[in-house]
Amino acid sequence: MSNSIVELEHISRRIRTRIVENSHNTGMPHLGSCLSCVDILTALYFEIMEIDPEHHRHGTRDRFVMSKGHGAPALYQILAMRGFFPYADLVESDHKGGGVFGEHPPTPDHLPGIEAATGSLGHGLPIATGMMLACRLDAQKNKAFVLLGDGECNEGSIWEAAMFAGAQKLENLVVIIDYNKWQATDRSHDIMALDPLPEKWRAFGWSTYEIDGNDMTQVVDALRNVPDKTGRPVAIIAHTVKGKGISFMEDDNNWHYRIPTAEEVIAAKRELKVET
Amino acid sequence: MRNAFADEITRLSAGDSRVVVLSGDIGNRLFNKFKATSGDRFINCGIAEANMMGMASGLAMSGFRPVVYTITPFTTTRCFEQIRVDVCYHNAPVIIVGTGSGLSYAQLGPTHHSCEDIAILRTLPGMTVFCPSDPAEMRRGLCAALKQDGPVYIRLGKKGEPTVTDKNDGFELGRANTLRSGEDVCLISTGTILPVVLAAADRLEEQGVSVRVENFHTVKPLDTDRLKDVFTQYNLIGVVEEHGRIGGLFGAISEWLVLQRPHNTRLLSFAVDDVFLHEVGTQDYARQRFGLTGDNIFNCILEAHKDR
Ligand SMILES: Cc1ncc(C[n+]2csc(CCOP(=O)(O)OP(=O)(O)O)c2C)c(N)n1
Ligand SMILES: [Mg+2]
Repeated sequence: MSNSIVELEHISRRIRTRIVENSHNTGMPHLGSCLSCVDILTALYFEIMEIDPEHHRHGTRDRFVMSKGHGAPALYQILAMRGFFPYADLVESDHKGGGVFGEHPPTPDHLPGIEAATGSLGHGLPIATGMMLACRLDAQKNKAFVLLGDGECNEGSIWEAAMFAGAQKLENLVVIIDYNKWQATDRSHDIMALDPLPEKWRAFGWSTYEIDGNDMTQVVDALRNVPDKTGRPVAIIAHTVKGKGISFMEDDNNWHYRIPTAEEVIAAKRELKVET
Repeated sequence: MRNAFADEITRLSAGDSRVVVLSGDIGNRLFNKFKATSGDRFINCGIAEANMMGMASGLAMSGFRPVVYTITPFTTTRCFEQIRVDVCYHNAPVIIVGTGSGLSYAQLGPTHHSCEDIAILRTLPGMTVFCPSDPAEMRRGLCAALKQDGPVYIRLGKKGEPTVTDKNDGFELGRANTLRSGEDVCLISTGTILPVVLAAADRLEEQGVSVRVENFHTVKPLDTDRLKDVFTQYNLIGVVEEHGRIGGLFGAISEWLVLQRPHNTRLLSFAVDDVFLHEVGTQDYARQRFGLTGDNIFNCILEAHKDR
């Protein structure tokens, strides 16, 4: 696609508005986690990935795996806006009994556009690694993009996949780390020695880029660069702000769980300056 | 139940400096009191459950009493090998606590449901499997678990469970409690589904069917004395659990039963079917999907009672 940066930023703001509204209406948590990765998702779905909502199972499509599955509410909004299913399906879904839009993504059989059911952290990267292994065996060139949380990088399974993909030089595998410096209960740095993150991925055989993951120009530029010339898989360390876009949510980890009140939805919309 | 757990472990840790709590980056604020009183013995292990369980074994073998706490699938299935080898094989006295068990986290989807935990943990030699039915019973079981010399799994619900047990019930791990006596039918329950079972029993009584209710808070070791007793007295028994039909309390009782002398008891299982629940909903919705309601238990038992 060829959207301008301004257009992409506008989409991001609409997505943020919808996420906040939906959280209030359904009681779905993880607002901070969703808002920090919106710009990355917008760039992927509206600019970078080779996908066709009409043929969402097409074999040579690019894959996106939401490894930090609790970002599902953001992914649902992106998929709806990109036309994988009607927005009304999402708005009218029954969260209390029978709906498909849970707090974590369902399986691909239950919602178009979903590539893997995630929610237990540390699973998405190994699955995507398998998908890229399949592409290599099928001599296909499509890519897989995987969104990881920084907290999620605590999991050993992430580093098992990283070591494997590095050794196998799975050059079409792209990891984006939503590096918002928080996990569920504390600063990620206070729990685990994450830093220096780029060096860690490089030591495992990956090419790395460090960007501001809430700056659309930087996000798009970095994603356009893959696969890179080294033949290595690519890890993009995207510095982000948890709760990005809404002043009273930014970098406040209470919004990992909190649900906005009606007044807070209004205040958020005022800041985002767009309708849904 | 989760708040009662935090409260009780805080109380116990104040009197026992060997108690350490290991949490897998969950329980925001839940352990604030614990941190205030025994701060250095609260360890946030991050989102790395396999390592957390291995460390718990190491702590236990060094004289501490580790209590490992996170969401049920992540403290059970996620690190099963560590539980099997590091904890059980070494008979390390680790207390494994799962929060949001069964269908409590129905709205979070199957990654967060846990309908296999009783089944898999029960297979491990030396493991005690304790499924409290209310916050008060959880407290009694947690105290008892700290006195055990081997691993104990504690299966918590979430929050707001009503109290249904009696504090003077002479609680003992591995010994079932009779909540109500009756002549015609026996309902055996484990875990937080107990109030639903009691509601079904009430309705059956109204229809003139007299019901005994057994609370099997411990699935392993299984109280076989109590089973012998009920299987000689009743020819209709229902087993109710918020867990998969495979390998839970019904599974444990069935295994025991086929090794007994021939019997003519009709056994009914009320449990989660052998499927992943793809539809999103509340815990009540999910229970209803699998017939884990007072109504369904009432109807099935009444019907079975009629065609004896
Ligand atoms: C295996 C596993 N353990 C624990 C959880 C509970 N959990 C959900 S989100 C979260 C924190 C994730 O932090 P991060 O990856 O940094 O994502 P963020 O919310 O900051 O975007 C935790 C611990 C989980 N979903 N899966
Ligand atoms: Mg984070």
